[in-house]
Amino acid sequence: MAGIPHDHYEPKAAWEKGLAKRLPIVGLLYDTLMIPTPKNLNWMWIWGIVLTFCLALQIITGIVLVMHYTPHVDLAFASVEHIMRNVNGGAMLRYLHMNGASLFFVAVYAHIFRGLYYGSYKAPREITWIIGMLIYLLMMGTAFMGYVLPWGQMSFWGATVITGLFGAIPFIGDALQTWLLGGPAVDNATLNRFFSLHYLLPFVIAGLVIVHIWAFHTTGNNNPTGVEVRRTSKEEAEKDTLPFWPYFVIKDLFALAVILVVFFAIVGFMPNYLGHPDNYIEANPLATPAHIVPEWYFLPFYAILRAFDGDVWVVIIASTLTGGIIDAKFFGVLAMFGAIVVMALVPWLDTSSVRSGRYRPMFKWWFWLFVVNFFVLMWVGAMPAEGIYPYIALIGSTYWFAYFLVILPLLGVIEKPDAQPATIEEDFAAKASKGEAGSASPSAQPAE
Amino acid sequence: MLKKLAASMVAAFALTTGAFAAGGAGHVEDVDFSFDGPFGSFDQNQLQRGLQIYTEICASCHGLQYVPIRTLSDDGGPGLPEDQVRAYAEFYEVFDAEIDDFRAARPSDNFPGSALENAPDLSLMAKARAGFHGPYGLGINQLFKGIGGAEYIVALLNGYTGEEKEEAGAVLYENTAFPGGWIAMAPPLYGDDVEFNDGHATDLHHLSEDVAAFLMWTAEPKMMARKQAGFVGVIFLTILSVMLYLTNKRLWAPVKARYKKK
Repeated sequence: MAGIPHDHYEPKAAWEKGLAKRLPIVGLLYDTLMIPTPKNLNWMWIWGIVLTFCLALQIITGIVLVMHYTPHVDLAFASVEHIMRNVNGGAMLRYLHMNGASLFFVAVYAHIFRGLYYGSYKAPREITWIIGMLIYLLMMGTAFMGYVLPWGQMSFWGATVITGLFGAIPFIGDALQTWLLGGPAVDNATLNRFFSLHYLLPFVIAGLVIVHIWAFHTTGNNNPTGVEVRRTSKEEAEKDTLPFWPYFVIKDLFALAVILVVFFAIVGFMPNYLGHPDNYIEANPLATPAHIVPEWYFLPFYAILRAFDGDVWVVIIASTLTGGIIDAKFFGVLAMFGAIVVMALVPWLDTSSVRSGRYRPMFKWWFWLFVVNFFVLMWVGAMPAEGIYPYIALIGSTYWFAYFLVILPLLGVIEKPDAQPATIEEDFAAKASKGEAGSASPSAQPAE
Repeated sequence: MLKKLAASMVAAFALTTGAFAAGGAGHVEDVDFSFDGPFGSFDQNQLQRGLQIYTEICASCHGLQYVPIRTLSDDGGPGLPEDQVRAYAEFYEVFDAEIDDFRAARPSDNFPGSALENAPDLSLMAKARAGFHGPYGLGINQLFKGIGGAEYIVALLNGYTGEEKEEAGAVLYENTAFPGGWIAMAPPLYGDDVEFNDGHATDLHHLSEDVAAFLMWTAEPKMMARKQAGFVGVIFLTILSVMLYLTNKRLWAPVKARYKKK
């Protein structure tokens, strides 16, 4: 791997040399594991390991669940109950898989927010960011399709609502929706293709994860200061970095173990807390649930989808200008996907030359408002679209777009950044001399 | 940053569930069930009483199509002896595709489905209903009281006001727990509907708690095993966390010592 100078694997024994000549796999693993990593990474840099664990957990539990699951509209719901009642350890497997999805999204949101705060998306890490966004999109697709498989009421009606979004696209919408569903409505064909894709996409994600890691191993990790590792010589680089193994592997495993304590408490004691009771009723195309609500991790985007009704002036303008082609429904769909598109484009929207939010006094406020806004949207996405809630959703959605399209471009121009440390070593030394360096204990958080 | 994020994560966890069914839900009181909380377990006698109520009353209209009869003898369930389960199974007739005819059920069969077309299957009812919501869609009540499916069943069975009305040829009964307030099911329990061998109380509230506990078991038969796995997981991972914490501290100590002020 290019980038930070460091020691490479040297084959010693004859068989090592022979293997390296034919397949340099040991060298690849060595370089990956011993990659120089900034000393000052804080506790927000542990989510990558958590995410890797989640992907493995979901694939392993998923493969076993598939051994007992039947993808057919008449049998799917009963086969899940078969897993819950008759398969040895089946209830535990299924609850792990169910709540594993939630852990996955908790970790991915923390990971994304960390990237947004510390400017991990900025040059030269734009490709890492874009691949990350692709992984996130695939995760959402996988989670959505997985939620349909138990064929409960919320599975069915969630699938109906979300695939209905494609029907809102002008001209080709209806044909596209029929093509996606494999028929005029959500039915056996839909269940089967969702099952197929739900099994396929995690492996695509796994492939992209490798590319994601490859990309940031090439550029080197970002770090809480955003200051680059010194690369002029190996000696200097070693002042700023430590090898990933064992320093960061052990640190990350510690964090993972703590997170898994909470995870196992939820799986063991309240596995249905994050789910919807309606999904324990078998899908019934003739009975619509009172409130169709997606899983918690989709709620912010669901709120954005519903925020733009026909009374909002931008919708009226868009509708008038396009002669009604963009109606309120299609506008909502565009807004929902647009919310992710603007986030993916943030490397080019953020004009500040300073990478880390730690040295950006104005940015900090807007960032934390963005985080709060995310949770407000999540909350309002679960509420019925009546009374004051649509207004809150509209304000929250507006802020989402304003953050990426107005605030970040402007801040880079008007903000006067604070002084940054010259080197990573300096930052690490400052923390260590206070006896609370970045990696000793959870209380060692840099005071943001 | 971590602390703030962690706090917002906790808030997010709390606020994102139980926010659904906001409108029209009736009033549900918290019941102190033996299986509540991480340390709670099913009361075997209560499950057996609930089974009796189900068999004598509920089963005339409702079914338990996902519940294998043999599980009545499972640990952590009603725990009936196997010969009793075999005798119990014979109460029911099931359709056997192999002989193309009905026959007496065996323990390996599931309970029959609902006899009455519009009577919902009760296998999962205690997980398919939520007794508690909010406040303000924050899911905090569910965090502390549980989702409340069993409590909802108790409230429903106790919620009849005695008012009736006819709508489109069907009689509806007013019920304070049922969303919308009017339910098609006639009051199934009045109190003293069954007689227990052990002389346990048979007033309406006790009966409804017993049958609600039984339905919680039919919905979540592996609850005891699940909680035990939860404890093993939590204790094991806590020990692992402490060991990894100490390892990490030791590992980083010399790195940090270099920068400590003398």
